[in-house]
Amino acid sequence: MNAANPAVVRRLLAVALGAALLLLVTLAVLIVRQLSAEALPPLTAAPAPADPALVARGAYLARAGNCAACHTARGGLPYAGGRGIDTPFGTVFAGNLTPDPEHGLGRWSADAFWRALHHGQSRDGRLLYPAFPYTSFTQISREDSDALHAFLRSLPPVAMPNRPHALRFPYRTQAALAVWRALYFEPGGFQPDPTQPADWNRGAYLVRGLAHCAACHAPRDALGGVAAGREFDGGLMAGQGWYAPSLRSRFEAGLADWAAQDIVDLLKTGVAHGGTGAAKGAAMGPMAEVVFHSTQHLSDADLRAMARYLRGLGPDAAAPPPAAPRAASAQLTLGQRVYEAQCTDCHGAQGEGARQAYPPLAGNRALTLASAVNPVQAVLNGGFAPATAGNPRPYGMPPYRTLLSDAEIAAVITYARQSWGNQAAAVSPLEVQRLR
Amino acid sequence: MSLLRTAFPLVLAALFWPGAAVAAEPPPRTVPDTMAQRVMACTLCHGKEGRATNAGYFPRIAGKPAGYLYNQLTHFRDGRRQNPGMATLLDNLSDSYLREIADHFAGLDLPYPPPQTVNPPRDQLARGEALIRRGDPARQLPACADCHGQALTGRQPAIPGLLGLPRDYLIGQLGAWQTGLRHAHAPDCMAQIAKGLTPDDAGALATWLSAQPLPADTHAVAPSAQPLPMRCGSVAR
Repeated sequence: MNAANPAVVRRLLAVALGAALLLLVTLAVLIVRQLSAEALPPLTAAPAPADPALVARGAYLARAGNCAACHTARGGLPYAGGRGIDTPFGTVFAGNLTPDPEHGLGRWSADAFWRALHHGQSRDGRLLYPAFPYTSFTQISREDSDALHAFLRSLPPVAMPNRPHALRFPYRTQAALAVWRALYFEPGGFQPDPTQPADWNRGAYLVRGLAHCAACHAPRDALGGVAAGREFDGGLMAGQGWYAPSLRSRFEAGLADWAAQDIVDLLKTGVAHGGTGAAKGAAMGPMAEVVFHSTQHLSDADLRAMARYLRGLGPDAAAPPPAAPRAASAQLTLGQRVYEAQCTDCHGAQGEGARQAYPPLAGNRALTLASAVNPVQAVLNGGFAPATAGNPRPYGMPPYRTLLSDAEIAAVITYARQSWGNQAAAVSPLEVQRLR
Repeated sequence: MSLLRTAFPLVLAALFWPGAAVAAEPPPRTVPDTMAQRVMACTLCHGKEGRATNAGYFPRIAGKPAGYLYNQLTHFRDGRRQNPGMATLLDNLSDSYLREIADHFAGLDLPYPPPQTVNPPRDQLARGEALIRRGDPARQLPACADCHGQALTGRQPAIPGLLGLPRDYLIGQLGAWQTGLRHAHAPDCMAQIAKGLTPDDAGALATWLSAQPLPADTHAVAPSAQPLPMRCGSVAR
């Protein structure tokens, strides 16, 4: 090798140093810009009571945004906050949205509320944690923001102090939030696509904005950010132990092949039967909560618009997952024994399910997802489809947490994932143990 | 002939159409459209038809007063009783469906198993029976029987029977009231009573109760015409 020319080395070093400096300065400018938001003036006099129609519209939008689900603690007063949202970085506690002047939004003007939704900043200018999904809410229109504000102001004030977040260093710092925002967040309103019909655009506005479907259905990187264009590609809900399936992939929960009415049924009633009587899909886990608290209350027109937009999301070009290797025969034998003892009464000997009651397991995409966390949750904890006006008396699945061991639960899920044409990977007892 | 000529390709198409494979799969079955079928999620733990077993912690729910069962279902869902499993199960169920589930189990009239505790220690029995029958006026503890019925089979509409329950479950509940993990609607009379019990009192009560055979009539008695010894939020509802 030739000895490097010292002059060239010096020049290279200088360029590298300059580039690093430039990067640092850019980062510093970005952070300072993010942190330089000013406090907005507090509301001093109570504004005149809002128009009841505006409040009613805000109440509907709050349902669509499912605000109460996070901003209400179990058994707590509605919208008074306190529910903890577990994230990989610690727990974020949802705030008090009632108009209490001390602890709630009592001093928040409509401008301050709009800025929180649109820019993710508190009234005092602090950056908000993106567990509050302003990456989606930034698309909410000013008109809808004002209606939501009017509705929240109409609630009885609750003097419940906000619980401080329990986040680890450095994630809890404003500087970390500034960096995160520089990487993943761009404030911007909803841009309708003029080539698409009005109902598609309405659906896009709801799905991408207020209903914040991407908060769960997007894959997240190590910093909890979502890559542009991947908002509906499916993601592990790290704190919850559930997988929110892709809304595009044919092999997950892609809806391109579904009739619009089936999508509407799922969101309205919690189950879709596809006209056959056999469940085509049923909301479970966190999605059951979404249907129960939010989507069942939406108008048919809005649900049809969402269905139209959702159908158009896919299918993506993903190749079918390769058939998984066959599980060890001992595991399949154990799985079959457990299946025959516990599962056939409802799901059928051939995994065919039961009309209007229990979903088939043969060809069930929720069962054959690459990640087995959802079936493990279902077997461990059981559950009911949400009780909705369209399905007021749902059938239930028992929790097997106390009856079956980790090995038995892993075996029975593996058996179902590899029977009746299903070809998904085996599940290990460790995967079950992790979710206990 | 022309009909056959038209039909033949259709038959062929039906045989080799990709959908034909789907049609060959067994069609979904039907299950009974009943509450018993719907609440199989409950009976795996709480025993066949909710009548419990002598093994384990899970209480009998069959035949308890409907108001009591409904209160417990909403308590679990809304965090006044702490049991993550029950909360997860009930999270997305409406008040009206929980009422229906409560009515279903309350309406079951099923035999009880023999008492769980055999050969209980004599001193515990005496102490337990004294508290059950007479309470302890010096400590403002009413007799259990004053509210739960002289036969301890409960009182309509919302006071549960105390017999036929596992000892561990009974101790667990008294402890949960003492530590604030279990709440009822205010005023929470049972929390007040449980907080007046020593650990030995709770053990003696649970031993005596879990050692009793059921009386011939296992039904909850009618609502009391007299005021109860304490004000209880669960009963007012």
